[in-house]
Amino acid sequence: MGTLSLFPPRASTTAGDVDALYTFVISVSVIMTVLIFACVFIFAIRYRRRSEAERPKPIHGSILLEIAWSAIPFAIMLVMFAWGTRLYYENYTPPANTLDLYVTGKQWMWKVQYPGGQREINELHVPTGRAVKLTMASEDVIHSFYIPAFRVKHDVVPGQYETLWFQPTTPGRYHIFCAEYCGTGHASMGGWVTVMDPAAYETWLSGGASTGSMQQQGETLFQQYGCATCHALDKKGRGPSLRNVFGHAVSLEDGRTVTADEAYVRESIVNPNTKIVAGYKRDVMPVFQGQISEESLLQLIVYIKSLSNPAAKGSPQ
Amino acid sequence: MSTTFEPPRVEERPNYLNVDYGWKSWLFTTDHKRIALLYLFSITAFFVIGGSFAVGMRLNLLRPEGLFEADTYNKLFTMHGIIMVFFFLVPSIPAVLGNFLIPIMIGARDLAFPRINLLSWYIYVVGGIFAVLAAFEGGVDTGWTFYAPFSTTYSNTHVILTAMGVFVAGFSSILTGLNFIVTIHKMRAPGMTWGRLPLFVWSHYATAIIQVLGTPVIAITLVLLALERLLHAGIFDPNVGGDPILFQHLFWFYSHPAVYIMILPGMGVISELIPCFSRKVIFGYNFIAFSSVAIAVIGFLVWGHHLFVAGQSMYASTVFSLLSFLVAVPSAIKVFNWTATMYRGSISYETPMLYAFGFIGLFTIGGLTGLVLATMALDVHLTDTYFVIAHFHYVMVGGMVMAYLGGIHFWFPKISGRMYPEGWAKFAALVVFVGFNLTFFPQFLLGYLGMPRRYHAYAPEFQILNVMSSAGASILGVGYLLPMIYLAWAWRKGPKAPQNPWGAKGLEWEQSPTPPPTYNFETPPVVTEPAYNYAEEAHVG
Repeated sequence: MGTLSLFPPRASTTAGDVDALYTFVISVSVIMTVLIFACVFIFAIRYRRRSEAERPKPIHGSILLEIAWSAIPFAIMLVMFAWGTRLYYENYTPPANTLDLYVTGKQWMWKVQYPGGQREINELHVPTGRAVKLTMASEDVIHSFYIPAFRVKHDVVPGQYETLWFQPTTPGRYHIFCAEYCGTGHASMGGWVTVMDPAAYETWLSGGASTGSMQQQGETLFQQYGCATCHALDKKGRGPSLRNVFGHAVSLEDGRTVTADEAYVRESIVNPNTKIVAGYKRDVMPVFQGQISEESLLQLIVYIKSLSNPAAKGSPQ
Repeated sequence: MSTTFEPPRVEERPNYLNVDYGWKSWLFTTDHKRIALLYLFSITAFFVIGGSFAVGMRLNLLRPEGLFEADTYNKLFTMHGIIMVFFFLVPSIPAVLGNFLIPIMIGARDLAFPRINLLSWYIYVVGGIFAVLAAFEGGVDTGWTFYAPFSTTYSNTHVILTAMGVFVAGFSSILTGLNFIVTIHKMRAPGMTWGRLPLFVWSHYATAIIQVLGTPVIAITLVLLALERLLHAGIFDPNVGGDPILFQHLFWFYSHPAVYIMILPGMGVISELIPCFSRKVIFGYNFIAFSSVAIAVIGFLVWGHHLFVAGQSMYASTVFSLLSFLVAVPSAIKVFNWTATMYRGSISYETPMLYAFGFIGLFTIGGLTGLVLATMALDVHLTDTYFVIAHFHYVMVGGMVMAYLGGIHFWFPKISGRMYPEGWAKFAALVVFVGFNLTFFPQFLLGYLGMPRRYHAYAPEFQILNVMSSAGASILGVGYLLPMIYLAWAWRKGPKAPQNPWGAKGLEWEQSPTPPPTYNFETPPVVTEPAYNYAEEAHVG
């Protein structure tokens, strides 16, 4: 790395778009800066004081100029705004059919779980040519998952799930950084993302020692924590059945309706009394806040997800 | 700077410096000019403390693996930020130059509430003692932003003591702002209409509005932080039912407007310097005056641009992005009007004007890189990297500190009655400019390359730019030490200043003796002309 580059490697579908926008905004800025510097320089030299007696004629202002140099820059800024906003929405809205991976941040490491049950710490392997969606949780403080080569970043906030998606394009190894200050080991809370050809990726996946897929691990936890005793799958128990819940609308006792997504399921495990399904009683289910690790919660969610989506059962990868 | 409390020895006529000499005459003074000097010395002390933390940081970053322990570095950047933001930048120009000049500029004997003015200095000092005490006790490592739940639950350093310091100092800021608002409304001399106010006063008026409306929010936020830390009240910590994002909203609701508390007074200084050294009326007086107020108002509505990657609603982010572009317009208006003021002027290059040139250049770069960050898709890549560090140092140090130094040099003859050595001063201004750019320009590049902020150790490919930055910082440090030395020297030994060394317009130069007597004017001033009427020769005496 002897030479100075202005851009980090471009390894995702969006990296080039972000760089193009950056080049536009910087070019406009450079033009503006040169314009102002040139005026200051030229005026400072051309109108330098030649005699102490000089009394230049006053110029009080010009409404026309004021309007021009307010409106024109603002119009250019609106282009930046529109372009930046469109790209922001694209980069923060995952497409359908993503490869779903699960990331947990804790002081000071990133733990990654694959649907097939493989796990890594501070390493992430992804294939080219496929949109990857990370569902991210934090065990403790706020972290921020940042891959400069992909030009993406998202804070990982404790108590909620954040998602981040990208589509890698170029095989290689790129930095993962934690971008939100998180204490002593903040600077060492990083690692590498390895982008591989799909074939190499399949080989890599099959080589990972696995203790069962995330879904199987979740099912085991579902039994271990005794969830199954009340949440019977095909009959009414003390708690609602969880078959075909994920992704569907749920009516609550207070009359509201919510869609069962990852955040809802997580909340219903850690703080079950926050939202009670219509027809069921409060304070029946124990509160699991602080009892289950974020990683296990993600496994449970993958399992509960699978209950609504039998098609996915066959091939978790 | 330790010797500068003593006033010059020989003076023919009584002024605020030679009227009394005992320590009581300083510590119990209600004279706004003496209080301004109390602030000058305490603020300089905090600048030196905050600066020495920065020296530690730049030393650490010479090597990719770092020099200090991670915890030490984390405390260094935290305390650098807290001391510089709350104990230097926020009070600097208002409490020193504003305090000294506003009553004189509007033709008043003092501020509206002289005792409250003294009280605000004492409160500031008490707050500062808390913060410094926390540093001596082992420091604090939360970052100046105090983000929850790290600050409420996980940090085991002196969070509450430091937060107390910031909380207390906030009251000083509120009282100063209140004093300025009342003074500007009620104590203008006959003929000093709103349309004739120096733009320095207008910018302080806008600043004071933010101080009075914004500071209570940070005070409340810090109290909630302490409650959460001590009693686990369940406000910010998700483990006890709180919301960490709420903290960020509350924190930035003050802390973004606070950057306008820091920069607006600097813009006020520049609006005085450029007409004086161009000998020309300011171009677009009304636009500069109202752009200050516009910045104060819109500045309250952009805090959410700190949360583009925090999980805030994308629609909210969109609105905050648009408003962030909007707030750039009044700043741009100012830059264009300053430049236009120089057109067909009679420009001389005394030290204060060199700082004004530096301000325009560096503030322009700082402002334009703000547009990069307001562009959401770019902010996703750049937030929490060195790009942000470079951006706000261009505004705060390149802009605000340049303006502060320019103002200190411009009004030094007024304040001390002495002239400083012009050659040294020009040399120092050049050193500051070169050192500043070498320090902070590489950080823009580091940021886009992806180096996160607040890293005590970094990937080896970032070393070249970091070494450049550290080299620049050592030059910048010399640039800041030089004025401290020659101004301290000039205060005792410099040649006596004439009444109006720059031929400047304004009550402080034309109608108030140099240095001013305790009540500022020998005869009650009357204003008969608009501000910056440089077409007419300045009155002397």
